[in-house]
Amino acid sequence: MTAVVYVPRDASAVSLGADAVAEAIRVEAASRRLDVKIVRNGSRGMFSHEPLVEVAASAGRIAYGPIAAGDVASLFDSSFLDGREHRLRLGAAEEIPWLKSQTRLTFARVGVIDPSSLGDFIAHGGYRGLTRAIELGAEAIVAEVTKSGLRGRGGAGFPTGIKWKAALNAPAMPKYVVCNADEGDSGTFSDRMIMEGDPFVLIEGMTIAALAVGATQGYIYLRSEYPHARRTLNEAIATAYSNGYLGANVLGTGKSFELELRLGAGAYICGEETAMLESIEGRRGMVRFKPPIPALEGLFGKPTLINNVVSFATVPIIIARGAEFFHDYGAGNSRGTIPFQLAGNAKRPGLIETSMGVTLREIVHDYGGGTASGQPLRAVQVGGPLGAYFPESMLDVALDFESIVARGGILGHGGIVVFDETVDMARMARYAMEFCAVESCGKCTPCRIGSIRGAEVIDDIINRRRPRENLEVLRDLCDTMKFGSLCALGGLTPLPVLSALKYFPGDFGLTPRDVEFIGADLTISGSGAGNGHAIAER
Amino acid sequence: MAATDARNSRNGGAAWDARAIGEIVAGLAGKPGALMPVLHAVQEYVSYIPPEAVPAIARALNLSRAEVHGVISFYRDFRTERPGRKIIRVCRAESCQAMGAVALAAHIQARLGIDFGQTSGNGDFTLEPVYCLGNCACSPAIVVGDDLHGRVTPERFDEILSGIASARQPR
Repeated sequence: MTAVVYVPRDASAVSLGADAVAEAIRVEAASRRLDVKIVRNGSRGMFSHEPLVEVAASAGRIAYGPIAAGDVASLFDSSFLDGREHRLRLGAAEEIPWLKSQTRLTFARVGVIDPSSLGDFIAHGGYRGLTRAIELGAEAIVAEVTKSGLRGRGGAGFPTGIKWKAALNAPAMPKYVVCNADEGDSGTFSDRMIMEGDPFVLIEGMTIAALAVGATQGYIYLRSEYPHARRTLNEAIATAYSNGYLGANVLGTGKSFELELRLGAGAYICGEETAMLESIEGRRGMVRFKPPIPALEGLFGKPTLINNVVSFATVPIIIARGAEFFHDYGAGNSRGTIPFQLAGNAKRPGLIETSMGVTLREIVHDYGGGTASGQPLRAVQVGGPLGAYFPESMLDVALDFESIVARGGILGHGGIVVFDETVDMARMARYAMEFCAVESCGKCTPCRIGSIRGAEVIDDIINRRRPRENLEVLRDLCDTMKFGSLCALGGLTPLPVLSALKYFPGDFGLTPRDVEFIGADLTISGSGAGNGHAIAER
Repeated sequence: MAATDARNSRNGGAAWDARAIGEIVAGLAGKPGALMPVLHAVQEYVSYIPPEAVPAIARALNLSRAEVHGVISFYRDFRTERPGRKIIRVCRAESCQAMGAVALAAHIQARLGIDFGQTSGNGDFTLEPVYCLGNCACSPAIVVGDDLHGRVTPERFDEILSGIASARQPR
């Protein structure tokens, strides 16, 4: 009988040696004349256990990890193919508390199936959403998405159904569906894990969107930093074409949907949706003025529905199981589950999909286990490079769109980065300005010049050059950036800067009294920010 | 992604050749918004975008040379000079900073004797900054050639470096 062994092909697992582990298993099995099939699955997202090897045993999938190539011979010696004991045995994969306590809807198949296998995808519930969508028809699909309460998972949190409705009602043709896969926020990797671990779900979600709004061409705009995702997606797109799920006649409906992967080229700003459209059109990634909104005049001037990877990937389960099913999860106006990504100095980092409204403390301490270094936790940045820094004392904030905005932060794309006590928050504030300067598209002055000036002024404060006067300058500058920038890059860079000042004034050589002015300034106006990326739209 | 290992570029990192580039451009020119795919394909082929190729690209896509130049200079990925044989990219973003990326970058610069944006004198390495590789749960992260590495310490970097050196030893 063939034994089936799972070794992730996820980029992070590979970065820890998963390819070498898979090769060692192949060689060892061959030398012991054992019939072993190695499946390269996605990652379960428990990165403290990666490379995580699983065996399909009679008792279910048994996990071992973290496995190095050097451990492989001893695994065979311990009869791991039968799920037997070994010092690195973790037990049944799905019973590991870190995983079991999660609610995996969008990520239900990630780490479970072979991402290159359409058959595996369908056997695990794939394409049920599309089948039902075809029965429903355009209006009913949009109604279902609206009723689910899904809001954009790229970061802006804009109600997905409203966007779909606008694109559906736009009269011009042709229409486009574009997936924003330019996941640029530090501390985020949920898009990547979907694309590498369950690429067909993204294709399915985009196909449903195309049926709903009447689009005939789709693009996935993928950042170039994700070569593994590029390979997995291209494989999956080709498979979907050859099996009639994409192309001139999708599943015999007579409707056509073409899908193409386009690569970015290392520009954070291209996660902002209009800069992304410019880039797909072959230009510099310069942010466009809005209106017109892309749903009416987007790619090549035509109606364009833009969503993030996780948003599209969540649509199939909503359509397959019904809007209520998804809506039953969540808190307040933040419905459903969201994949949080715990990173930085966390002891047990990874992908945590859970109902909206979980507290930051539960993510950082219960899942994360505190810091990786074992030193006291000092700060947590939520929502990517444009998100606020929170001190330990604020970890009880609930992670839903409204609660975090009320505490002066943003949820962004769900990235959570932990820092221990060695962090210098003045330096992190300066970095926020520096990053904005590096990544600014240059179209608007507050962002282009403000960020450079911001870094200089923070340097002056740190170096005790008239710190109080310069604090006034910084305050004005942050105001100008916040209210005068064209997009969220310039508009939200003040958030990490001001939150660092407010909660960690000592790192700047200032007293709490010096920074008393920061209070109301830390609340976000309007719809917040967003994008695989905190900057998708405002 | 543009091939980051120059030796892996499809023509083996040899001098660029106008005819091959012409064929690449012609093959993609029909795509809507073809410039980005064209630039990626050229860079994957020669490991950089030769300034001499710009007029041909512009002509084929009915763009001005200024427009093509503007796009090349906007995006961090596109290079106009031949890089070193291995490109080393070090993540400088927050998650990696929380796990020692600043010290790691300093170590790498000292080991290679070059700053970000530079190529070592022997042409072995080019060092580039990158802002997030999506490997944030395994910070700090770097890319060497085509290989992503996670939880990189200075010691681990030295091992990776000596692995490259021994792979290059003539047999």
